[in-house]
Amino acid sequence: MLDNKIETMDRKDLEELQLKKLQATVTRLYNGVTFYKNHMDAMGLKPEHIKSLKDVANLPFTTKEDFRDTYPYGLCSVPKSEVVRIQSSSGTTGKPIVSCYTKNDLDLWANSVARGLSGIGVTNDDTVQVAFGYGLFTGGLGLHDGAQKLGCTVIPTSSGNTRKQLMLMMDLKTTTLVCTPSYALIIAETAKELGIDLTQSSLKYGMFGAEPWSTNMRTDIENKLGIKAYNIYGLTEMQGPGVAVECTAKAGMHIWEDYFYPEIINPETGEVLPEGSVGELVLTNIAREAQPVLRYRTHDITSITYEKCACGRTHARIAQINGRSDDMIKVKGVKVFPSQIESILLTVPGVEPQYQIVVDRRDGFVCDNIEVRVEVGEAAFTDRMAGLVEIKNKLNAALQSALGIKVDIKLVEPHTISRFEGKSKRIVNRSELGE
Amino acid sequence: MKIKQISVFAENKPGRLMEILKVIEAEKINLSAISVAETDEFGIVRMVMNNTDAGAAALKAAGFTVRVDDLICATAPDVEGGLLNSIIKPLAAEGINIDYFYTYLDKAPGLAQIVIKCDDVDKAEKILA
Repeated sequence: MLDNKIETMDRKDLEELQLKKLQATVTRLYNGVTFYKNHMDAMGLKPEHIKSLKDVANLPFTTKEDFRDTYPYGLCSVPKSEVVRIQSSSGTTGKPIVSCYTKNDLDLWANSVARGLSGIGVTNDDTVQVAFGYGLFTGGLGLHDGAQKLGCTVIPTSSGNTRKQLMLMMDLKTTTLVCTPSYALIIAETAKELGIDLTQSSLKYGMFGAEPWSTNMRTDIENKLGIKAYNIYGLTEMQGPGVAVECTAKAGMHIWEDYFYPEIINPETGEVLPEGSVGELVLTNIAREAQPVLRYRTHDITSITYEKCACGRTHARIAQINGRSDDMIKVKGVKVFPSQIESILLTVPGVEPQYQIVVDRRDGFVCDNIEVRVEVGEAAFTDRMAGLVEIKNKLNAALQSALGIKVDIKLVEPHTISRFEGKSKRIVNRSELGE
Repeated sequence: MKIKQISVFAENKPGRLMEILKVIEAEKINLSAISVAETDEFGIVRMVMNNTDAGAAALKAAGFTVRVDDLICATAPDVEGGLLNSIIKPLAAEGINIDYFYTYLDKAPGLAQIVIKCDDVDKAEKILA
């Protein structure tokens, strides 16, 4: 454990620490950021009204739109001279999200990633290949700084150029791979094409994130790469990866509660839900200097537990992200998340986790029907038509029984579904495909 | 006798068969027989060729899903009842189930080659030997 005292802190002490940090943060934001002052004044709320952690529920939410409206520096609470780094998330529409960091913020960020790496067994003897994109995206530099802080040998390959990744991985004896889970699968595919058996390589650990993935996909990656694979969670708005990280117990991701205050809310009403309920994760920065964010609506669907973990850590754990409330689609009244479909597909033997959901969108997330495209790889292919029809029927039956609605399955040729080296895009509109 | 067949998964849309055959042609491989099984969405292209290993490798390299199976190839005389009496009846008598078959003309006049996929290739080979 990197920081035994903090990571195993008694919950009562941890909550006292959180309250102090929260109060200081709210006071600073009220006095230094017009956006928060205006919101709190409109609600008749003063910093001194925050007397317990429960009072967080009275604070205003911050949304992605607020970041856009205040772009670029409207949420920054320190003089520009103290900002040493800018990161940004890939906005697909409108202005990007901008995140500012002081020197201490970068240190805190590196620390949260280093705690996570240490928690899965990585030490300064390990060689960490960071195949997340470098640049404005927080994945590359975030993991880089964290691994470096732990004293690891860091190979900053960034994403892409998979053959070169593999060459360096074999020659430099990489022990730890860091990237998106879908890129881990591309690496596995390419290794197979090149006749490289990764299960016999030096690889031991994988830390994957930036997109939701299922338990079945984890098993698939672990088998193909011969590693133990763990989850890392984060978002640019709050800092980047490292907000929450899985430990060897694989029983949820620890949110570093001395840095973040988590809540689970009902995404429709905004009401705070009790421990164990599934809802939208809302996060508050309580240790950040440049740009602390109050009650950020992550749109990520999960649940939270405060029970002490088998690993000894006391920090709360969130379950693997179930999907995003804005990735959710509603088909014939039924809520469907891509991650659900993925885990169902992988229960059918021979089916590869390369899939895409094609929707005929009617209005917002409401769809009339969905078509799931699945690539036919060697393991699923047979020379008998009956064999292929059987796979299609099995997929149909599995999806129908799990989701409760009929889904169209389409078997497609390998490599026809786009691969993503960054975040994968599982849902596409039929109109985007030009069909 | 046993022969090797290459099957390729292909979506049922214009140009797919052409792409497969272009790969074969580029390798200077000659097809002896070909059959296409189809549904409205996808098909299986089955081929017998004079260099199975090279053909399968080239198709895989081109990104196709490929498999190679053992099939039976038998000769039937090009006369009334030729297929029935020389192949179908003997296999049925021994309880062999045929999954699919296709046919092509033998280089020798008056004979047809029948390529058969069945549930017991070894047994069928003995029956038809």
